[in-house]
Amino acid sequence: MTPPTTAPATPAVRTPAPLARRVAAQARFEAMAMLRNGEQLLLLVVLPLMALAALTLTGLLDGVVPAGATRVDVAVPGVLALCVLSNAFSGQGIQTGFDRRYGVLRFLSTTPLGRGGLIAGKLLAILAVLVVQYVLVAAVGAALGWRPEPAAVLLSVPVLLLGAATFTGLGLLLAGTVRAEATLAVTNLVWVLLAAVGGTLFPATTLPAGPAGLVGLLPSGALGAGLRETFLTGAPSLLPLLVLAGWGAAAWAGAVRWFRWS
Amino acid sequence: MPAQSSPAPSPTAALSIDRLVKEFPARRRRPAPGPGAARAEVVQAVDGLSLTARHGEVTALLGPNGAGKTTTLECAQGLQRPTSGTVRLLGQDPWRASPALRARVGVMLQDGGLPQAVRPLELLRHVASLYRAPRDMDELVERLGIASFDRTVVRRLSGGQRQRVALAAALAGDPEVVFLDEPSAGMDPQSRNIVFDLVQQLRREGVCIILTTHLLDDAQRLADQVYIVDHGRVMAQGSVAELVAPGADAPAVLALTLAPGQVGAGPFPWDAPEFAGIQTTRTERTVTLTGPLTPVLLEAVTRWITTTGTMPEALSLQPRTLEDVFLDISGREIR
Repeated sequence: MTPPTTAPATPAVRTPAPLARRVAAQARFEAMAMLRNGEQLLLLVVLPLMALAALTLTGLLDGVVPAGATRVDVAVPGVLALCVLSNAFSGQGIQTGFDRRYGVLRFLSTTPLGRGGLIAGKLLAILAVLVVQYVLVAAVGAALGWRPEPAAVLLSVPVLLLGAATFTGLGLLLAGTVRAEATLAVTNLVWVLLAAVGGTLFPATTLPAGPAGLVGLLPSGALGAGLRETFLTGAPSLLPLLVLAGWGAAAWAGAVRWFRWS
Repeated sequence: MPAQSSPAPSPTAALSIDRLVKEFPARRRRPAPGPGAARAEVVQAVDGLSLTARHGEVTALLGPNGAGKTTTLECAQGLQRPTSGTVRLLGQDPWRASPALRARVGVMLQDGGLPQAVRPLELLRHVASLYRAPRDMDELVERLGIASFDRTVVRRLSGGQRQRVALAAALAGDPEVVFLDEPSAGMDPQSRNIVFDLVQQLRREGVCIILTTHLLDDAQRLADQVYIVDHGRVMAQGSVAELVAPGADAPAVLALTLAPGQVGAGPFPWDAPEFAGIQTTRTERTVTLTGPLTPVLLEAVTRWITTTGTMPEALSLQPRTLEDVFLDISGREIR
């Protein structure tokens, strides 16, 4: 055994990168991981854009298009709501679930990033992906004749943020409490159900009267309704925002309480 | 500027653990039979363990699977909150570690803890970007042979390759304290040598290295201080030399290899009452005697060889190994 040497010198060298840089680095890393994964890309971008084209080019939405509007005006807000679901709920839920399974959450929480930085990085990654989604949906929508009011576009941002916060909470709650495979299965199944009959792509009014009322109380239905109101009438009404906020508060409280890091 | 005649500073404790206890709620397979079972059932993973690890030393926690090694490390890394006892990492409480403290500590988890869908270099660059002045990753990547498999995503790497990436990630911040949980698991002998050389270099640089292993050879090759851990407790501690030869009456090992069938043939001189302190271990073809070996015992063995005309295929006297120490302590095989 060699005689022990001194403690390593110059501890000032071993300092963390600034907080903002750590979080930005994690956000970039997470966003790239999501956008480069084939299945995730399908969920995040390809399927929403296909839904946009299908809803605009077929007569599926006929009957719910208000006077003075076109199919694409109803389709785009629904597709944006679906994008939030794909991104914050399914996408980040699946990624976090597998990160948890493989010990990535534990490893990163031992680095200067820490648990707080890790969550902040994930939230920022969701926002970055949402920007990409919005730009793509708006571009394809524009090609299909979508001409929104600039004020409505601006107002849609806080509604989308509220939706993203709510679905992130739900995604993390799921990812932090059940096995990764279960998260994968549940998020995908829920995505399909909420896309079809959850009030995202199709307004609740397309459903029979009984279920229609319930759909409005789902976070998906509230987000879809809030976004459609924003673009079609100029502003969202209070109820969908309250419903979203309620689900969000409950989901985040549950995630804080029950999320397991390993 | 150092004083000219200052003596070599004594090693300072980078990690000190004092009477650590960690309990987990018992995982119940069946539903509780009644209200009486509602009382908390706990599993004691760590049961009053104390340990000190110093700069410039390799400290090994050696023990079988389930001994409590990983839980101890997790408490030291701030991943688990101790039930009781104290843990000081670089003088601070790891459970409340600040980013500044975490920047001085590197962790290699047993399961790697690596994202699966990225390529090694990309991951290592990301981890390095979390530090203000990271280690030179190119040098580390070359040394650990990571460049040769950099085109493969982590998910498709072999166990040993993944371990090397996890080690590089643990060293990205050029840490003062490094935790390595089963560093040689899944490694081929060549990778193991590369990793061990690196650990020895870190030690020379003054880094405090704390590792767990269930391989005696790892501890024997690397460790300055060994803590033999079982049932969440320290069963023995010391340098390898101290553990293997605790005193003047150091027991040694006599190993005898015989032809098949001869092991069971008795009577043997070492079964006599005068050699009661000798432990005998038999396999199909070998007899191993551990304990206070004396000239009288050796004479008795050779006399048995002469009188029975049994020519052993091998006969050797060996120093004690950590395995013997472990067997003495716990009475069970370490692996």
